[in-house]
Amino acid sequence: MLGLLRAAYLLKGVWAILAALVVGSGLIWLGGSDPIEAYSALFKGAFLEYHGFATTLVKMSPILLAGLAVALPLRAGLFNIGAEGQIYLGALFATWAALYLPEMPGWIHIVICSIAGAIGGGLWALIPGYLKAYHGINEVIVTLLMNYIGINLVSYFVSGPMLADGAPYPYSDEIRDSLWLPHILPRSGAHFGVVIGVLLAIVLFVIFRRTSLGLSLATVGHNPAAARYAGIPVKRYVMMSLAFGGALAGLAGAYEVLGLKYRLFHMFSAGYGFDGIVVALLAEANPLLVTVAALFLAGLRSGANIMQRAVGVPTTVVEAIQGLVIIFVAASIAFRFEKSTLAGIVRRRKAITAALAKESIEERGP
Amino acid sequence: MMDVFLDPTMLADFLATSLRLSVPIVFAALGGVLAERSGVYNIGLEGMMLAGAFGAAAGTFFTGSPFVGLVSGTLTGAMTAMILAVLAVSLGVTQIVAGIAINIFSIGITAFLSRIVFSGQANTMTLPGYKAFALPGLAAIPILGPILFHQDALVYLMYVTVPLLFLLMFRTPWGLSIRAVGENPRAADTAGISVARVRYMCVLGSGALAGLGGCYLVLAQVYLFSEHMSAGKGFIALAAIILGRWNPVGAFFACLLFGFFDALQLRLQFANPEVPYQAFIILPYAVSILALVGLVGKPTPPGAVGIPYEREGK
Repeated sequence: MLGLLRAAYLLKGVWAILAALVVGSGLIWLGGSDPIEAYSALFKGAFLEYHGFATTLVKMSPILLAGLAVALPLRAGLFNIGAEGQIYLGALFATWAALYLPEMPGWIHIVICSIAGAIGGGLWALIPGYLKAYHGINEVIVTLLMNYIGINLVSYFVSGPMLADGAPYPYSDEIRDSLWLPHILPRSGAHFGVVIGVLLAIVLFVIFRRTSLGLSLATVGHNPAAARYAGIPVKRYVMMSLAFGGALAGLAGAYEVLGLKYRLFHMFSAGYGFDGIVVALLAEANPLLVTVAALFLAGLRSGANIMQRAVGVPTTVVEAIQGLVIIFVAASIAFRFEKSTLAGIVRRRKAITAALAKESIEERGP
Repeated sequence: MMDVFLDPTMLADFLATSLRLSVPIVFAALGGVLAERSGVYNIGLEGMMLAGAFGAAAGTFFTGSPFVGLVSGTLTGAMTAMILAVLAVSLGVTQIVAGIAINIFSIGITAFLSRIVFSGQANTMTLPGYKAFALPGLAAIPILGPILFHQDALVYLMYVTVPLLFLLMFRTPWGLSIRAVGENPRAADTAGISVARVRYMCVLGSGALAGLGGCYLVLAQVYLFSEHMSAGKGFIALAAIILGRWNPVGAFFACLLFGFFDALQLRLQFANPEVPYQAFIILPYAVSILALVGLVGKPTPPGAVGIPYEREGK
């Protein structure tokens, strides 16, 4: 019974999602549709149909990588709210490497473009990381503001220096097809980016759980004073955890170009950096759970279009539901089994039993 | 470009624009000062401002009265702040997480509701709003008159709000309670002040002020609601709070600085049509970061900001 309850507390992310979906059904009803019909269209379209599922995987790639980009600094107690801007810088660097580097064998060039993307996002996040570590400037504000700079920077480049000839809309030239990421499902857009995302999630999981690096990172997050005492270079950890987080977001941007769009568009990311925050918090910074949460959120996003076609609810309802998810997730953080009344009663009961046992031993005497 | 600063009429016009562009940031920053002084970090200012803008547009749309829009926008901001109050004060959730949640929620819900409420005409209609009028007497002051006293009603409201908030914070017993709760909640609690009540009031007031900032966007700047129209102004306000050292007057002047750079980038856009305009939009955001970096001396936030307060002996 108690174990069951403890499990219920552990699954609080699931409860948060369910609560959000219930409240969201009110919004759908407000929009003039039947919630059950709308949800079944959404989830069937996102997970049960071949092309719908492929679209889910397409959207999962940036959401997963952005989620990891938020989760990594979160281990060190830092909030990276700048994944969106880092995605843009990653895409910019990757596109630059794809368009302007001399021709070389396809897969080497893909690797170089990936690295360029990671460097772009990483350098962009290095700025708030450096300012946080060495000047004590709040990383939340700096990463937030840098989103707007990053997004507009890319808009500037594709409207000016990188604008394709005769383009009616701000975008760059198309990259060579030898640089296109391989597809993982035939006859669909699902590309290799999501596989790389899952592999990186596993790598991060192992680093967090099994290496001294992961332990140091967690120590910096939980108790910086203790970390300093243990000889961990706290400032460098702070700076580098944000930079590496940014590199992951940069990869997300790179693969949007190499795997999906094949050009750099202005305003190409549909807020994937913010989805990354949602999944990282939902997963409590556990990389494997980030994968699951990213799959769910990507499903919401891809299913939203199908739902709009099927029952006519605007796709923005999904953004509202996403907002509800994160509000309920935030609320669920407050509910810990250890803090619950029942856990308190159990503790007291154990204490009483122990006290009684001790008393009866003392009564019996030595 | 330089002629703007040489010709007195053009300069006055430019500074009046700067002032108008800083108004939404000022209201949001005042809200942030109020919340942070009571010990609650309000990253959600952006979302509350956006909610306020939506509330203002919806209220005006249904009644045709900008004043009703002003009231409903302010209330919508406060209602959004209620989420932060419940999460951060009652439930003790990490305040940054709660604020982020509000921002994401607000972007989504306003986008969704605007489709329903304005049913597709959100970007084409023009709502009635507040127009500039000269304050008799004051507007005749040379140079300053046209800049400061030929504005709309909400700008005048701002002139009143800044000193009022300053007096409230530093010259009244309420202000003392607010600052006590923000510096040392345990001591305040011992002295018989209800930490939760003070924080609730301040967070709700914070949301109302940020909502007012959103009202200004709709009712005095663009006269319509568009998705994510707050465009990071709430985040610039966060920088202004630090720059103004958690003081309403200081924050006000920091916001004027950002308004100045916003007006400057608009000028640069018009003066250089051959350069993609995005190159200039970056300016106010970059200035905010640079201002934080260049800040002389280390700013000291209120002692208990960001820390949920939990009474002992539960």
